[in-house]
Amino acid sequence: MRKPLAAIVGAAESTKIGLVPDMSSLGLHADAALNALRDAGLKPHDIDGIACTDANPADVAFYLGIKPDWMDGTNVGGCAPILHLQNAVAAIAAGYCKTVLITHGESGRSRQGAQLRIPNPSDLNGQFDFPFGYNGAITSFTLPAMRYMKECGVSEEKLAKVAVVSREWSAKNSRAFARDPITIDQVLESRMIAYPFRKLMCCLVTDGGGAFIVTSVDRAKDFPKPPVYVQGCASAAESYFTGPAYVGDPLYPELIRRAGKNVFQAAGLKNSDIDHAMIYDAFVHTPLWALEGLGFVKFGEAADFIWDGNTAPNGSLPMNSTGGGLSYTHTGHYGMFAVLESIRQLRGEAEAQVPGVQTSLAFAYGNVLSAVGATILSNVGE
Amino acid sequence: MLKIGPQITPETESFWVGVQNGEFKLQNCKDCSKIFFPPRFFCPSCGDRNVNSFAASGKGVIYSYVINHRPRPDWPDEPYCVAIVELEEGIRLVSNIVNIEQTPDHIQIGMPVKLCFEKISEGIVLPVFEPVDDNVAGRN
Repeated sequence: MRKPLAAIVGAAESTKIGLVPDMSSLGLHADAALNALRDAGLKPHDIDGIACTDANPADVAFYLGIKPDWMDGTNVGGCAPILHLQNAVAAIAAGYCKTVLITHGESGRSRQGAQLRIPNPSDLNGQFDFPFGYNGAITSFTLPAMRYMKECGVSEEKLAKVAVVSREWSAKNSRAFARDPITIDQVLESRMIAYPFRKLMCCLVTDGGGAFIVTSVDRAKDFPKPPVYVQGCASAAESYFTGPAYVGDPLYPELIRRAGKNVFQAAGLKNSDIDHAMIYDAFVHTPLWALEGLGFVKFGEAADFIWDGNTAPNGSLPMNSTGGGLSYTHTGHYGMFAVLESIRQLRGEAEAQVPGVQTSLAFAYGNVLSAVGATILSNVGE
Repeated sequence: MLKIGPQITPETESFWVGVQNGEFKLQNCKDCSKIFFPPRFFCPSCGDRNVNSFAASGKGVIYSYVINHRPRPDWPDEPYCVAIVELEEGIRLVSNIVNIEQTPDHIQIGMPVKLCFEKISEGIVLPVFEPVDDNVAGRN
């Protein structure tokens, strides 16, 4: 493992997640940020850099009483917090700032002060996808899945298993939105949303916020909690907003393979070095693409890997140990919650704690299959 | 309520005017000869601005699809198929499969389809696809 690039010294979710009708998106940003600041033993004036998903970073900084010297509003969807982390690492190394707060807040379910999501009929998506009946991510993110199932011999039962395993994890997490165990039959009998995807094959729609604080490795030990080290980050893009039709290989997407190669190279690690993973599960098929693209299994093997229990509790690669977007929480842009569980696992603070975790990989998609981000975190350090 | 159509921009005007006239225009690069879509005034492979438009064959196959069951306010009814169509020219794009029952029993991956046109409002026509074989099951 290479020397760490930076350290995460504070992290927290909003006080409540799931159904939070008494808080707006901005309120969720602030609530999570205050919890992360308390976790790090910091006050708002200690922060000199800020990055936010689903909000203008200047707005969030103003609201919290922070006057940042550096900010990042990279807005490429759910993976944005990982891109913010990647950018914060570089900004700290360049000396632009010392202590960066990265926040997410989204009233995805209650729609309190939520960002308007009105399709723009003149952008690429609005001209070349939306007129053909796009109806949210369920009709875009899912588009290549049938072809993948046919070419890789993946049955609906195997897809359903991904949801079943997510409930095995969420049952252990008191803050998870959906905790009741489910069977493959229940998944396949749930309401049809967009064939072949049924309700229990789709992520939740929830409210929630999250935040974490990044600083340099040499300052990391000055904080109350044991540091979580950033070993590598990578981001990649290949298509426009919601455009899986324009990804070169929609079954084995190049942008995932590129981000995987770069994040492992940055960390000086290989797949077998990873103890725990958080892989964005917007729908049951999206972890399959990522497990294959990131190199944990070969193309076409991910469904069997999950079917055989490898990603379940006590499996060889514990994955989505909160229950993920399918069962824990999914505010709309889920990436923050993947990173936060990686941090909790490395601190030994997770509710479904995996014993002996030293490395965790968090991977997220952004705006369907247009962008991705990946990071490898550890608790080993130098 | 009419379906929401594309709002045309200067770079896409030629394409959408072509569609209104019964033509699906692709482009290729005069320098590196790569074919590309959606329309641009330059080649996304080599950056050259010297590009050419030509009428696509309109022949393709269904690469993959879903059948949406959730209502969309501006669409008259569901379920309806949203598909990735792979054109003979190697381009993949999003479209609808029409003149066939919108069920997985009838719409098949790999099924040959051909270009047709759907007028959704005055001045707005969409390029959609229908089965090539007039005798295909579920044809209506």
